Amino acid sequence: MWLFDKDLWIEIFHTLGKNMFRTFLTMLGVIFAMIILVLLLGSANGMSNGFNKIFAGTASNSLFVWGQSTSEPYKGFERGRRIRYKLEDAEILKKQIPEIEVLAPRIELASHRGTVSVYRNGQTSGSAVYGDYPEIDNITKKKLVEGRFLNQTDIDYSKKVCVIGEETYKLLFEKGEKAMGEEIRINGVYFTVVGIYKPNNNINIDGENAVFIPFSTFQKAFNSGDRMGWMAIAVQESTPVSFVESQIKTILKAKYDIHPDDERAIGSFDMSEIFNNITAFTTVLQGFSFFVGIFTLLAGVIAISNILLITVKERTQEIGVRRALGATPVIVKRQIVLEAIVLTAFAGLVGFAVAVGILSIMNSMWGSGDNFPFVQPMISIPQFVISFILMVGLSVLIGLLPANRAVKIKPIDALREE
Amino acid sequence: MIEIKDLHKSYKMGSNSLHVLKGINFKVEEGELVAIMGSSGSGKSTLLNILGMLDGADSGEYTLDGVPIKNLSETKAAQYRNKFLGFIFQSFNLINYKSAVENVALPLYYQKVPRKERQEKAMQYLERVGLKPWADHLPSELSGGQKQRVAIARAMAAEPKVLLADEPTGALDSKTSYEVMDLIQKINDEGNTILVVTHEEDIAHMCKRIVHLKDGVIVEDKKVEQVRAEQYV
Repeated sequence: MWLFDKDLWIEIFHTLGKNMFRTFLTMLGVIFAMIILVLLLGSANGMSNGFNKIFAGTASNSLFVWGQSTSEPYKGFERGRRIRYKLEDAEILKKQIPEIEVLAPRIELASHRGTVSVYRNGQTSGSAVYGDYPEIDNITKKKLVEGRFLNQTDIDYSKKVCVIGEETYKLLFEKGEKAMGEEIRINGVYFTVVGIYKPNNNINIDGENAVFIPFSTFQKAFNSGDRMGWMAIAVQESTPVSFVESQIKTILKAKYDIHPDDERAIGSFDMSEIFNNITAFTTVLQGFSFFVGIFTLLAGVIAISNILLITVKERTQEIGVRRALGATPVIVKRQIVLEAIVLTAFAGLVGFAVAVGILSIMNSMWGSGDNFPFVQPMISIPQFVISFILMVGLSVLIGLLPANRAVKIKPIDALREE
Repeated sequence: MIEIKDLHKSYKMGSNSLHVLKGINFKVEEGELVAIMGSSGSGKSTLLNILGMLDGADSGEYTLDGVPIKNLSETKAAQYRNKFLGFIFQSFNLINYKSAVENVALPLYYQKVPRKERQEKAMQYLERVGLKPWADHLPSELSGGQKQRVAIARAMAAEPKVLLADEPTGALDSKTSYEVMDLIQKINDEGNTILVVTHEEDIAHMCKRIVHLKDGVIVEDKKVEQVRAEQYV
């Protein structure tokens, strides 16, 4: 096959090599274009990874439901009535909506987002206090620094244990002080610390200054009866969250005599919406990077074509001689197109290598994603393959321009030109 | 070897056309050494271009070694040129970034001769023109006469039926011209058919036959007593 003909390649490298400086200048455009493309794509990927890291530990297909006040009078009730759920609602919802995978009821001391005072040895912190089921860990994962999260035994025996946030630990304990097994006091009830969790850049619905105690313990300690504050719900992967959300609302509205059109009575937050928005954002960002990069690349390849056009003009006599000696138009064309491909491919690889180097430096400097969403900026192999194929494809198309120019030169005109 | 019948060629120059060749008839037998003479504008270069398949005729017949040359595609013309013809140009037309031996090997490359064989053959021909020690030199390191000898070696390397020389001595001083003509005569002595376009009388008389062109027609076609170039070298 002609592609493996050693002489063909010798011819090509001979031609390119005889004018190193010009060859290098020609490649510069593509080198920079490739650097820009890879940096853009890599950064977009880094950003996407960064957001993924933020969402790690949060079930994306989940929602939260809590009670608010009615905004419509209904069935003899006045507007402004506070909706308070009962623990039985959890069972009802789970039974009636099979798409619900996990439902973790929660109750909190004081009002929503409110805090209560937590004491220990004369130190105080204003923390949120939640009564939870261990299932909540399947929806918003806690990153534990020490100890464990709540478990079923805690619920079954209504153990007086708690898991506290790192922020709470800092407020209640001295630096480096052992917290595990120590007791803290909430509303006059003592709880033993069994775990400390750490803020981890994730979406943190519960805040970092919070105390988690078993739901059953909460009921007994604070006499909350069968009340339930809110529900964290994970929905099956295949089901849209909004579908389950409306079902839940319909059931709850019927149960609590809420006007069917009352939008305010039941508060809910669809996690998947944010997730989808961010996914859409990063996808658009990646697409845009690719778009910009490819056009930069196109400009670079056109520069190569331009230089080759000039080269063809300069080589008119040489091409004439070659054709007089028996080079067919196909041979002449092939050589020039291959020159374009070799130049582009080589320049592309150089640019790629440089860009990957820059990305690794960026990665080692900011890649941990601690301050902003930027984790492991690097382009994927398919992205690289696609860019490379596109680049070489473009160079073939663009190489045909000078190649056709070369073929149009009649050997007789070429030889006459002195 | 070459047979031309009633060859016409005109060039369009804007609205009017210039009739360059007005019915050329001639025949060249194998082993002949023919000089084509004429002042500039006589049509001798046009004739050579048509003979060299670098240009097509408007009408008339051209047969080369029994093969009719007519309506050739660019590809076919390139293949025929490679197979049938060797070119020697006034300005040598060597490829300036290729060494002498690479230049000689070029037509063989287009004949798809394997690399090693090509190299050997090119060396043989360089030796025949006495430039073997210069094989690896670039054209810029060679004198005019040496360049033309490399060009002659290149023209012969493909073992063509006919050598076409377009003013082969036009760019050389008379001493070097005679050296080149001596070489051409020797190649002819071996039985090769050669056509030389020239406007120099002395060069023409070193051939065996002189064809005079004037205003697109042959005005004279005569055999001459060959003057050997050797004596001037």
